[in-house]
Amino acid sequence: MLPRLAQTLAQKIIARAAGRDSVRVGELIVAKVDLAMMHDSGGPRRVAAMLAEIGASVWDRNKVVVVTDHFVPAVDVDSARILKLTRDWVRINQVDRFHDMQGICHVVMTENGHVRPGMFAVGGDSHSPTAGAFGAFMFGVGATEMAGVLATGEIWIKVPETQLIRWQGKLGHALSAKDMILATLKRLKLNTLKYGVAQYCGEAVTALSMSDRMVLTNMAAELGAQTGLIEPDATTFAALKNADVDMQYAPEFHGDPDATFLATWDFDANKLVPQVAAPHSPDNVDDVDRFQNVTIDQAYIGACTGAKLNDLHMAAEVLKGRKVARNIRLLIAPASTRMTAAAAADGTLATLTAAGAILLPSGCGACAGYGAGILAEDEVCISSTARNFKGRMGAASSHVYLGSPYTVAASAVTGRITDPREFIHVFHHAQAVA
Amino acid sequence: MSKTFGKAFVFGDNITTDALAPGAYMKAPLAELAAHCLESIDADFARDMKRGDIVVGGENFGMGSSREQAVMALRELGIGYVIAKSFAGLFFRNCINLGLAPLMCVDAAKINAGDELCCDAGEGSILNKTKNECYACEPIPPHLMAMLNDGGLLSHLVKRRALITTLPSN
Ligand code: SF4
Repeated sequence: MLPRLAQTLAQKIIARAAGRDSVRVGELIVAKVDLAMMHDSGGPRRVAAMLAEIGASVWDRNKVVVVTDHFVPAVDVDSARILKLTRDWVRINQVDRFHDMQGICHVVMTENGHVRPGMFAVGGDSHSPTAGAFGAFMFGVGATEMAGVLATGEIWIKVPETQLIRWQGKLGHALSAKDMILATLKRLKLNTLKYGVAQYCGEAVTALSMSDRMVLTNMAAELGAQTGLIEPDATTFAALKNADVDMQYAPEFHGDPDATFLATWDFDANKLVPQVAAPHSPDNVDDVDRFQNVTIDQAYIGACTGAKLNDLHMAAEVLKGRKVARNIRLLIAPASTRMTAAAAADGTLATLTAAGAILLPSGCGACAGYGAGILAEDEVCISSTARNFKGRMGAASSHVYLGSPYTVAASAVTGRITDPREFIHVFHHAQAVA
Repeated sequence: MSKTFGKAFVFGDNITTDALAPGAYMKAPLAELAAHCLESIDADFARDMKRGDIVVGGENFGMGSSREQAVMALRELGIGYVIAKSFAGLFFRNCINLGLAPLMCVDAAKINAGDELCCDAGEGSILNKTKNECYACEPIPPHLMAMLNDGGLLSHLVKRRALITTLPSN
């Protein structure tokens, strides 16, 4: 008998989806898709005509999730038309898992329990790796490829290498997963992963909540990975239960302990200080104090990356009893309506608005320059989003810095990029936001 | 795929999908979006290039979002090939799916703006007439080459009709 081939978590999932015992790195194989997620920008608006063109229909409507988030709420007739088309398509194709204006797709997916460990899934969005926080292999595809998946239920994949990103130690106060991923980007840059898998591990990762873990897998996209993964553990299963997932369909799914990785990158959370990415790239990262002379026009807390309930709590911790600086606008677009409701119930929204924050609808908003809150020429913004590419959030000459919700909120108070540790003392942190 | 010569337009590393298909024009018709392709890096690109010309990048070309308008904009302008030292995975997939050949070439940096190039995706070669040099490209796997030759994923699927879930006839 041949010795059993030790498999990474990614290999295990792909092998299962391909109906095989094991797969080798580099093999090009065709696998069955467990779930396909689309949003209003790249979804029905584009795939409907493609499916019609080839005379195909949806292979399994129960494996499709559609979310409207990019063009919500409609600001002009064009966006209204895109949304209407999306709603019509969902009705005609009887897709029950449709989330209309309930928040940003990657967050809505996990909130509603659509993501489960061991799943092989595709999403019509580059931040689809977010689902990897739950141990699902999910990657982004373009609209044509989505049409192919909808028509056949299958997709090709070249079995990727996995690189381990190991964070040991313990995060200090006013630090978050966003600082971890920015520090990772500082070292690994945009292309070290080369479309492989970024798998996060180590005690600092294990200590994170699911919401924070999703920041790491979300920004696997910025690392140039095909997807990001974290081995499911007790925290994962507690969150799945919370999202009302039938645990019968949430199996234990793990990589083999003797699996091999292309590389292991070690980081020390004990030494981490708040990180900021300067224009125009998420890997243009340095310690926050290097930017303390940068004055800002706008602070933005939004996106699938940086506006979940936890992120709003971080902002509230900083803003409690403080005011946004004069002539600065702090815009907050909570990642989902459910999170908005939770933040309203626990008093977080009151803290934010009392400080002068302006609440925006739950959706992609200014993150990719589609919605409200975009920048004029030469304006400077600090943002909790994932990307600061040139012109992404507005005018080509605008400048976007990326930081954690703590850092964004602290900067909104002073009007310049600010170390949030000045605002939160260890004592306060222990109490957290109620 | 044509065997004619095209002029090289050279861009650097990490060219983003936001540069190729700017968010502000994502609701606009494709022709309008394409007119703004790469303008944040080279304001005159869409005006200066001609059909059959070739875009050359460095590392990680097409990084960023999944929007395939990044590929469609190039195709709409008539770009014949994209050459880069390496491609972002999603952009590479989108190229194959839309029938625009992505050529991965370690010698991409030897190409200068304005060089006359002739590419052959099947052979995996690039001829630089201006410099009288020839470069080898990473071969595209047969499964994907078949898709490219069929003109992209959708026409490829139509040719393999059996696998498609077809509309119920009524
Ligand atoms: S919030 Fe931003 S990064 Fe997230 S899906 Fe929307 S546009 Fe993409």
